Amino acid sequence: MAKQKTLKAEKRHKIILTVVFALIALLWVYPVVLVVINSFKLNTYVKTDTFALPFGKLSAGIQNFVKGVTFGNYPFFKSAFYSVIITVTSSALILICTAMTGWYIARVDSKFCRIMYLLCVFSMVVPFQMVMFTLSKTADVLRLNTPWTIPVIYLGFGAGLAIFMFVGFVKSIPREIEEAAAIDGCGPVRTFFSVVLPILKPTLISVGILEIMWIWNDYLLPYLVLDRTKYMTIPIHIQYLKGSYGTVDLGATMALILMSIIPVIVFYLTCQKHIIKGVAAGAVKG
Amino acid sequence: MAIKKRLFRGRRKHSSLDSSLVKGPIRRWFPLFVGPTLLAFILGFVWPFIQGMMLSFTKFRTTSDAKFLGFAHLFDNYIKAFSDPSFLHAFWYTALFTVVSVLFINVLAFAVAYVLTQNIKGNNLFRTVFFMPNLIGGIVLGYIWSMIFDGILMSLNTSIMLETRYGFWGLIILMCWQQIGYMMIIYIAGLQAVPEDMLEAAKIDGASKWQTLRKVTIPNVMPSITICFFLTLSNGFKLFDQNLALTAGQPFVFKEDGSVVKTTEMLALNIYNTFYGQNADARGTAQAKAVLFFLLVAALGLIQLHNTRKREVQQ
Repeated sequence: MAKQKTLKAEKRHKIILTVVFALIALLWVYPVVLVVINSFKLNTYVKTDTFALPFGKLSAGIQNFVKGVTFGNYPFFKSAFYSVIITVTSSALILICTAMTGWYIARVDSKFCRIMYLLCVFSMVVPFQMVMFTLSKTADVLRLNTPWTIPVIYLGFGAGLAIFMFVGFVKSIPREIEEAAAIDGCGPVRTFFSVVLPILKPTLISVGILEIMWIWNDYLLPYLVLDRTKYMTIPIHIQYLKGSYGTVDLGATMALILMSIIPVIVFYLTCQKHIIKGVAAGAVKG
Repeated sequence: MAIKKRLFRGRRKHSSLDSSLVKGPIRRWFPLFVGPTLLAFILGFVWPFIQGMMLSFTKFRTTSDAKFLGFAHLFDNYIKAFSDPSFLHAFWYTALFTVVSVLFINVLAFAVAYVLTQNIKGNNLFRTVFFMPNLIGGIVLGYIWSMIFDGILMSLNTSIMLETRYGFWGLIILMCWQQIGYMMIIYIAGLQAVPEDMLEAAKIDGASKWQTLRKVTIPNVMPSITICFFLTLSNGFKLFDQNLALTAGQPFVFKEDGSVVKTTEMLALNIYNTFYGQNADARGTAQAKAVLFFLLVAALGLIQLHNTRKREVQQ
């Protein structure tokens, strides 16, 4: 009897918790909802009536989006295009190069490999401010300051974490599989691409997601490295609009922010499981 | 005898299989497997790092006109950094911000994770929602919240740019919104690894929920707590994008001696402003600040790495 009572109380307890958490969850998405609301609002009302719905005299229709895209002297789609190019090419380059290096380091295990591995671990704890000035100058001198060449910089600065994760994973794969491939007459290159790479798939996904999220949202590195008169990415574009204009069109800015977070949210909802796993795996970086 | 010899040779050959079949041939492919990464790593990290270290002992406007300060004045840049009031202010402001944000984020994230592992309805949906802000970039986050805060403060006839405490608490709220979901994931993983039989034993022994939490659950999730603690700590110290987008150091205080203290400016932003501010002669100081900043962050990072590795060994 008493047990039944506590069970009932516990059940009620859980329902209350669900309700409370549902409210908190609503509060949690509210900032994003506000972005949506304000992107349809006339500029003058964004500041004064931030929390009102965009109807009646407040409504701007799709005017903000039209204005946002052509705002300033740099079209937004160009920034979006460069953001996509830089994110995709840099992540792909990092994945392929560091997977190969990670495998090499884990398997050869020479003195050189151990030093390189330690350097990689070390690079993970170095903040960007330490190298930002010299890195941007080096990039300038070597003409690595375009969206087509900046992946080299990303590979260099992002190699540490990726190699760290690949080496850790390769060490857990039994060597016998590769030996079997070698006995069957497989050279190292073929062994890597047709035997090791498929086994590495989960780590490839984790590292890929970490790199994509980092590069897509990165502001300071591309801002300092890229030739700013010619190339911008989305974060640079948004900062540029807010920073350099005396009177900012807040409605149009919100429209741009909305356009820049929609792909992120879609990406998140489609591969949520992988993202959460990948991010948790990268927790060592910090 | 001959047979024995052949057998022996055969066995030897077999025992060296791994090095001759896998290790040896890979080495010949060094240029392909390691070459590109090594080259990029040197260009993108090793060389800028060494050059940055060296520049902190020189006077320079750009990397090519650096002049060594001489052994008598070796630490001039560092002395200047320490005597810069804006740097000291940024340090204390960052430290205070970090302590407060570490406390808030970890306590709240742990509480959320604890409730979500109690099998309540819809906990997968809640997880998805709470984690979502973590994917939005710092600059965008800053502008979203500056709109919200200004929307609220507008009715009080003020702005987040006008008072230091608004900027401080605003940034705390922003960081909580961004990071609670992330830390929650780590705590959930830790909580799910607490042995079921231990919890049951506590229940049978008549321990209350609070006692179970304190004496059984928390000691078991200690590794997750350490990870989250150091993660939030170094995230707090390294914060840049959100700081720049939310307040950019506003409000400024103009001192009598002509110097300016940007009251909500954190360390990373202070270093950035010293590098790219009006006074290009301050770049030596800026690089010295960057080295100090590196030492601080690296120390935190290495302790954290050490902890996670120790945990891996134990497992």
